[in-house]
Amino acid sequence: MEGWDPNTKSTLTQIPLLTTKAGPRDGAAWTTRLKEEYKALIAYTQMNKSNDNDWFRISAANPEGTRWTGKCWYVHNLLKYEFDLQFDIPVTYPSTAPELELPQLDGKTQKMYRGGKICLTVHFKPLWAKNCPRFGIAHALCLGLAPWLAAEVPVLVDSGMIKHKDDATSTSES
Amino acid sequence: MEAELKEMLNDLDSIKQSLPDPSNLASSILKLQSRVEHLTKLAKSAPVRRTKVQDMSAEVVDSNPYSRLMALQRMGIVDNYERIRELSVAIVGIGGVGSVAAEMLTRCGIGRLLLYDYDKVELANMNRLFFRPEQVGMTKTDAASQTLSDINPDVVLESFTMNITTVQGFETFMSSLRNKSFRPNKEGSGVDLVLSCVDNYEARMAVNQACNELNQTWMESGVSEDAVSGHIQLLIPGETACFACAPPLVVASGVDERTLKREGVCAASLPTTMGVVAGLLVQNTLKLLLHFGHVSPYLGYNSLKDFFPTMEMRPNPQCSNAACLERQKEYLLVKPARDAAIRAKMESEALSVPEGPLHDDNEWNIRLLDDIVVYMLMIYSVVDDTEPERTGATSSDALPEGLTRELPTADEFQKIPVTEPATTTFDDIEELRKQLDALNAD
Repeated sequence: MEGWDPNTKSTLTQIPLLTTKAGPRDGAAWTTRLKEEYKALIAYTQMNKSNDNDWFRISAANPEGTRWTGKCWYVHNLLKYEFDLQFDIPVTYPSTAPELELPQLDGKTQKMYRGGKICLTVHFKPLWAKNCPRFGIAHALCLGLAPWLAAEVPVLVDSGMIKHKDDATSTSES
Repeated sequence: MEAELKEMLNDLDSIKQSLPDPSNLASSILKLQSRVEHLTKLAKSAPVRRTKVQDMSAEVVDSNPYSRLMALQRMGIVDNYERIRELSVAIVGIGGVGSVAAEMLTRCGIGRLLLYDYDKVELANMNRLFFRPEQVGMTKTDAASQTLSDINPDVVLESFTMNITTVQGFETFMSSLRNKSFRPNKEGSGVDLVLSCVDNYEARMAVNQACNELNQTWMESGVSEDAVSGHIQLLIPGETACFACAPPLVVASGVDERTLKREGVCAASLPTTMGVVAGLLVQNTLKLLLHFGHVSPYLGYNSLKDFFPTMEMRPNPQCSNAACLERQKEYLLVKPARDAAIRAKMESEALSVPEGPLHDDNEWNIRLLDDIVVYMLMIYSVVDDTEPERTGATSSDALPEGLTRELPTADEFQKIPVTEPATTTFDDIEELRKQLDALNAD
């Protein structure tokens, strides 16, 4: 973990760790895991809100909890950029991490696989692998998505690949 | 041609609708006539498709698509080549390696191919073999079926356009492997071999999971991101290491967010490396399925040095995959009988080749150390708890000059006290969901 900024590090230590190693095909054990996922997500969201660092909404899109959808946003130069966020829980979860997708950015950056899957290979996958099964969705957002947004959004904005929604509407009106 | 046929259907439709209106009818019929003429011309210029062949013949004539393959029997390489028509191979990932492997097996006259991929053909794929620019936009499975059925109509093709790592895709994957309609009396699953030609860890783990559960032998293949090396690996559940037994190196590099910025995901690829790896993969497949030669348990390819390391990997008794552990247990039960059979065979074969030291004296205490040992030192941290030198003693941890370990020494995971927030937390999944929704609402 050396190399991570102290903020991320201290946030991370406050997200509850998970204990059940179970994937979506594991029946009752998956339900237990899902409860742990919820607890970690609730704790993380509460923490973000109380630190005035709220930056995502995520909820299960099906009763089995295998597909998740929501939004995430990043503030750059005092402007808020918001993106749809979605991912599936893979069958081999938690041995493999969920592949976080930002479909609206598909094709706009090199640091992304087809379908808008963000690249997590270098900065996140090793951590996930070492901490299996203790890390869950909340950790993936904290250590996978957050640094990706912090690195990519400024570049995307500066290069003109994405525009702020107010900008976009004002240009279309004029 | 397809466009023409579609137009013709449209015309027919409009005729149907204008039946009570005779003025329209004549012009519609004229239009149809011209389309049929156009189609006839197209059909004349279309390439000839060969008809299916009932039996593989060894007859040496220009028109026999299998004469050169059947010659393998005459040359004493393969006992019964025609057996290939009973065999089914599943190929997961129809990319640079998978598509070429599929073409090779098709040309070899394999009985049945199952193809899995969810991607579409792109212009960016054109630096590799097999797909053609006019196929851009088609799903890889459709484009492959099109080409392969033209090359050899004898092969039964089944294609699945889906992602096998999702819950639903995985179930379809499993049931397609179980399906025995092609050869109902086959033992085990419905396929003889699964070839993994995917480009990511998640999909490999999914193939591994399915094959461990089905006790299905499979081969893994891969080409490095820099396009200059690759490997193939044979995985027999319980007998050899599964993919989760020895996970690929994951190096926690402790990255600074800012350094993560602009290196790009776009992996390099070369038609050469991918062709070589596909060739190695299918060669190993043929040897395994048609029982000839030595089947490599692992074969690496380093194109910069033309180095081909081979090695064997035994299963990890502490593998994290439950199905793998089950297969290991089953294998241990049948192992003594198998070993005895192999020993008996070896003894009868190698009757009496006197084995003595090649050189009587060895003044300088020279030993031959396989290249592979050095290679493994370089890339694999050996997980073997019977190895005495690795336990603790730091002196033996020193590596020869020039070698570095890729894996960090085991991190002590800082034990964070698991503070179970006072037992009164919600333990009902609906309650938890509502709680998160409430947080999401504002």
